[in-house]
Amino acid sequence: MMASARDAAPPWRGPYRSYDIVKEVAICLAVVAALATLLTILFSSPDERPSTIAQWSRVQPVDFLTTATAELDGSSDTAGYGPPYNHAATGQVIGPIHLQSWLGVSHPINTAVDYVLAPLATIPNAPALRAQIRQYVAAPPRQRSAWTDAYTKALERAGAHGTAVTVSPAGAGPVAPMMASLLSLAQAGGLDGALLTSRQFYQTDYTKPLLFMADGSLLSDRAEAQHLLGDQWGMMNETGSYPGQVWLWLYTFWYQVEPFKSSDNADALVWALMMLLSLAFVCVPFIPGVRSLPRWIPIYRLIWREHYRSQAGGAAS
Amino acid sequence: MSAGDVPRQRTAAERSWTARLRTRAEGALPPEKLLPDRQPAYVASWIYVFGALTIAALITIVASGMVLGLKGPAWWHVTGIGRFFNGIHLWSVELFFFAMVVHLWGKFWMGAWRGGRSLTWVAGAVTFLISIATAFTGYLSQQNFDAQWISTQAKDGLNSVGIGAFFNVTNFGQMYTFHVILLPVAVVLLTAWHVLLVRRNGVVPPYVRALAAERAARAEERA
Repeated sequence: MMASARDAAPPWRGPYRSYDIVKEVAICLAVVAALATLLTILFSSPDERPSTIAQWSRVQPVDFLTTATAELDGSSDTAGYGPPYNHAATGQVIGPIHLQSWLGVSHPINTAVDYVLAPLATIPNAPALRAQIRQYVAAPPRQRSAWTDAYTKALERAGAHGTAVTVSPAGAGPVAPMMASLLSLAQAGGLDGALLTSRQFYQTDYTKPLLFMADGSLLSDRAEAQHLLGDQWGMMNETGSYPGQVWLWLYTFWYQVEPFKSSDNADALVWALMMLLSLAFVCVPFIPGVRSLPRWIPIYRLIWREHYRSQAGGAAS
Repeated sequence: MSAGDVPRQRTAAERSWTARLRTRAEGALPPEKLLPDRQPAYVASWIYVFGALTIAALITIVASGMVLGLKGPAWWHVTGIGRFFNGIHLWSVELFFFAMVVHLWGKFWMGAWRGGRSLTWVAGAVTFLISIATAFTGYLSQQNFDAQWISTQAKDGLNSVGIGAFFNVTNFGQMYTFHVILLPVAVVLLTAWHVLLVRRNGVVPPYVRALAAERAARAEERA
């Protein structure tokens, strides 16, 4: 669509002034380098140590066991997530558009196998544990649920003494000794490695251990202490008193207000809105009304005040 | 057919792709446009400095990022000099976004897309959006608690619109590749394109209507 004549900008026929573009960039470079150096000397940069599964299982052993049991019986957040991790749910939608399910399961995670059964199977010289795993796997689903429910209820009354957990798992069958073995494996650091293991020697994909830890409380407890939760303006903040990604303020803002705040499709709706706003931002020159805003709200008079002053003076003389 | 009507044969130089590209480039961006030593008189405001400041910050980001990249992603956690360069990288990113946002607002209020300059705005706006993605992957590549928390939180938004199927924020290797190669190259190329468009089309002139109004006001005063 053509812009109106009032928004046109005919070629400049007026006077010119000298301008050293290379000098300007060089001075700017010196200023930015000096400012960045000064800010680094004064404030450095944040570097909170990452959490590990070993640390989680030692600091919060009951939470670790509760989370691992939820992974085993399929009641954890990851187990019920849907695409791209599994088919347990259809995922979020934007009206009739089901992008999350249409793109499919690209990073498959079977929480019971990946987080519990497969790591336990790596423990050597443990014939009793092998038998317990076989007993659990061979049991009908209702029996398995009864065992995990009994163990979860027992964990609600469990006490932690340092890294040890005292639990009375009546009716939990093989789940109790399996979980005790998993806790030992995790506290020794073996589970951190087991969840990264694939057919490759070199590893770069931390999807499984990160989602496992995110199902527990350690990461969110640390995040809450650093004001990083979703209702604390979430990930635009950074640990410590640093500016973080302040340019994400608009994206984060929508999560703080209705209808997004309480919607089950909040992520999809916020993303759809932000993609629409981003498209509008790129297309500002082509949107009638928006492209004329600078003419209607004459802030340009401040920017070009010397020019208009000289023009007015020229007209007066 | 007279001798004057004989179609002229194109020379070897005119048939050459290289020569034609050079001719076209020289026509669009002669040296005095590419590196101008004069500007229209109206280019006289501090707001114009923020474009150059953004480029200066980008140069600082790339330089400090190259040092960090040469030593590997874990280096800055365990050495003082590494932490120093990470600080330079972080703060130059903050300065980059500050300067770019001021530059962007300045250009908005100038209506800088006028006079056939729409593509210049589009290139700048896309650069801004790609820069956000570049900074985001930087936060995911830190290998510390920030990276863990941001990745586990951001995955839900990306998964909800299907992007997570091919852009996995919990895959460090993929995010690191995006951060140190793919997205920086995109930002630098887009910035170069944006700057070349500015040089080719020149800086947008002031609103003419305001000029006319000023003149009319002065004429009324004189009358």
